[in-house]
Amino acid sequence: MEAWKQILKETWHFYRKTLSLVFRGGTAYYLWCLFLLCFIFIGFIFYLKQHDLGLIETNMTDQVSWGLYIANFTYLVGMAAAAVLLVIPAYIYQFKPIKEIVVLGELFAASSIVMAILFVMVDLGRLDRFWHMIPFIGSMNFPQSLLAWDVLVLNGYLFLNLLIPIYLLVTFYYRKTPNWKFILPFILLSIPTAVGIHTVTAFLYNGLAARPFWNASILAPRFLASALCSGPAIMIIIFQIIRKVSVIDVEDEALFKIAELIAYAMFLNLFLLAAEFFKEYYSDTVHIAPFKYLFEGLHGHTQLVPWIWTAMTMNVTAFILFLIPSTRKRLSTLNLGCVFIIIGVWIEKGPGFVVPGFVPDPLGEIYVYMPNLLELMVSFGIWATGLLIFTLLMKVALPIEAGVFSHSEYEKGMSPPPPLH
Amino acid sequence: MSLPLFSSCTKEEKEDFLQKHFKEMTPDEVKRVIAKLEERYLRKYGKKFQIATQDALPGTLWGYGLDLSRCIGCRKCVYACAKENNNSRRHPQLHWIRVIRLKKGSLINLENSEHYYDPPLVPEKEYLYLPVQCQHCEHPPCVKVCPVHATWKEPDGLVVVDYNWCIGCRYCIAACPYKGRVFNWADPTIPPEEVNTAVHYLGNRPRMKSSVDKCTYCIQRVRTGRYPACVEACPTGTRKFGNLLDPNSEIRYIIQNKRVFRLKEDLNTEPKFYYFFEA
Repeated sequence: MEAWKQILKETWHFYRKTLSLVFRGGTAYYLWCLFLLCFIFIGFIFYLKQHDLGLIETNMTDQVSWGLYIANFTYLVGMAAAAVLLVIPAYIYQFKPIKEIVVLGELFAASSIVMAILFVMVDLGRLDRFWHMIPFIGSMNFPQSLLAWDVLVLNGYLFLNLLIPIYLLVTFYYRKTPNWKFILPFILLSIPTAVGIHTVTAFLYNGLAARPFWNASILAPRFLASALCSGPAIMIIIFQIIRKVSVIDVEDEALFKIAELIAYAMFLNLFLLAAEFFKEYYSDTVHIAPFKYLFEGLHGHTQLVPWIWTAMTMNVTAFILFLIPSTRKRLSTLNLGCVFIIIGVWIEKGPGFVVPGFVPDPLGEIYVYMPNLLELMVSFGIWATGLLIFTLLMKVALPIEAGVFSHSEYEKGMSPPPPLH
Repeated sequence: MSLPLFSSCTKEEKEDFLQKHFKEMTPDEVKRVIAKLEERYLRKYGKKFQIATQDALPGTLWGYGLDLSRCIGCRKCVYACAKENNNSRRHPQLHWIRVIRLKKGSLINLENSEHYYDPPLVPEKEYLYLPVQCQHCEHPPCVKVCPVHATWKEPDGLVVVDYNWCIGCRYCIAACPYKGRVFNWADPTIPPEEVNTAVHYLGNRPRMKSSVDKCTYCIQRVRTGRYPACVEACPTGTRKFGNLLDPNSEIRYIIQNKRVFRLKEDLNTEPKFYYFFEA
């Protein structure tokens, strides 16, 4: 009885503390949350319109039947998969500066997966029939359909990326050392799963013989390489924000190490793209059409050309910046490179990857797709949702990591935690 | 059902939500669903519908023949199809048949095809016309990729969709090499006076917003011994249809005696749609 009371009291302590952490912050924190909530609200209103009237409210058609939503989905799966880049050095090589921040990277992966799943949900015409895909309850076409695979691995990866950081944070909360025998298998499992989610997502496109642009075996490795650029790049930025607004210290050394790894990944990404370029342009078959549409325009349609060359310029510039130690180890050029990679890879494997798969379509028709306002607003809304989830997770996780939010037993006699800005 | 989740829904909405996959319904459940649909269509279009659920006829495998030397590109088939099959007419206008115009001299590379040709008079001297619709592949990529088994190949070879089971992910559209599938981007618009009331559950019954549909070789007709609407509508005798398992059928005669080919044979989809030239 007494024990139960204690547990209830402790649970209450945890929730009360969590809520006060989430609801209290500096002006910047409130403004940031308000900013995100505005976008979430606007996105939701636009989504309701789409839900009501159908996908006709988007600019997608039977010719280009996937657009901005699926482009964002593809990009975000890569973001999430990239957490593995932090997991490997942290747990396998025990590289200390990264190990301290890996929990944050995993929570970012979880937020990315939530965004990716939301992008699939808004793209689904019949959200009300989503249950048809649930194994045993509906009738999932497993193992034939790669989309069924994707649902399984994405949810599995989401589970791992919540389990691992939450377990570690709870042990920190109780000031205990983690039971590595319990959690390490999950950590190790998360590495192949990260590769898995991105490989499966690549295969989803790769397996379609109807779409020569996607039907290239180089796709999965290219996906992985570009993911290992964009995911860590956004984390370098996030870590700098975290060390500014919290007591957590992220060493420069960790950021530079991540940037170095990005440089290798970007080299691989550019090399694989070059390999595709050579094959398409040297053999010069009819299958080159989508490539031409993307890089030089097809029959006078050049809508994607400025986008892809912007992306190429950004990726190459970032690669050079991260390759040279002096620019990699200066925060201004490091951040510039990160921004370039985040945008460059988004263009390259988001719209620059999804749209040319549909242009020209299997009967040779060219439909010029550009997302409309509704698609943009719904997409911004989802990004805002993911960032809000991540912000709130950080608001609780950072004090635990810093040791200022823990079991009440340890808080006795401690000065109240410094306010977070 | 008294789940709180459904407390705000009508009984009909609840039933719709929980409706099973067509192939998993008991005969009784099928009857109930048909009755419900007939009532709904009566309300919407003011007409009494006959919704068939007839199974495949034993010993049939449907095949299509198309004589490219006869097609004049008039698109009579396109509009007869839309009318027969209760396709959405405007915004969006959905067609199960596409006739594309190709410059003479090229047939395989469709990159220079014209989809929206609109001359005062067809045929035009320097062009040939290639009608394309669902090819009812023996190895349909759309069926393979559907994440929920909402589309499948019937015993008589027809590839069909359970419109009430489709989740609207459009993966099948991405997978189809023939552009054989269209999506109901909005609630279909059919003028009530033009609606066709003789329908099949897996075929031409009026569809709903956000599900995929496609040519079924007029399942509602061919399973009762009639020709597909496009075959009947064609003014030039371009279109042929028959049972591939019947050695005396017209389609078998064509395969035996004409030089037939199928679209994109290199993709191994094994279409049951044979193009040929008379002259």
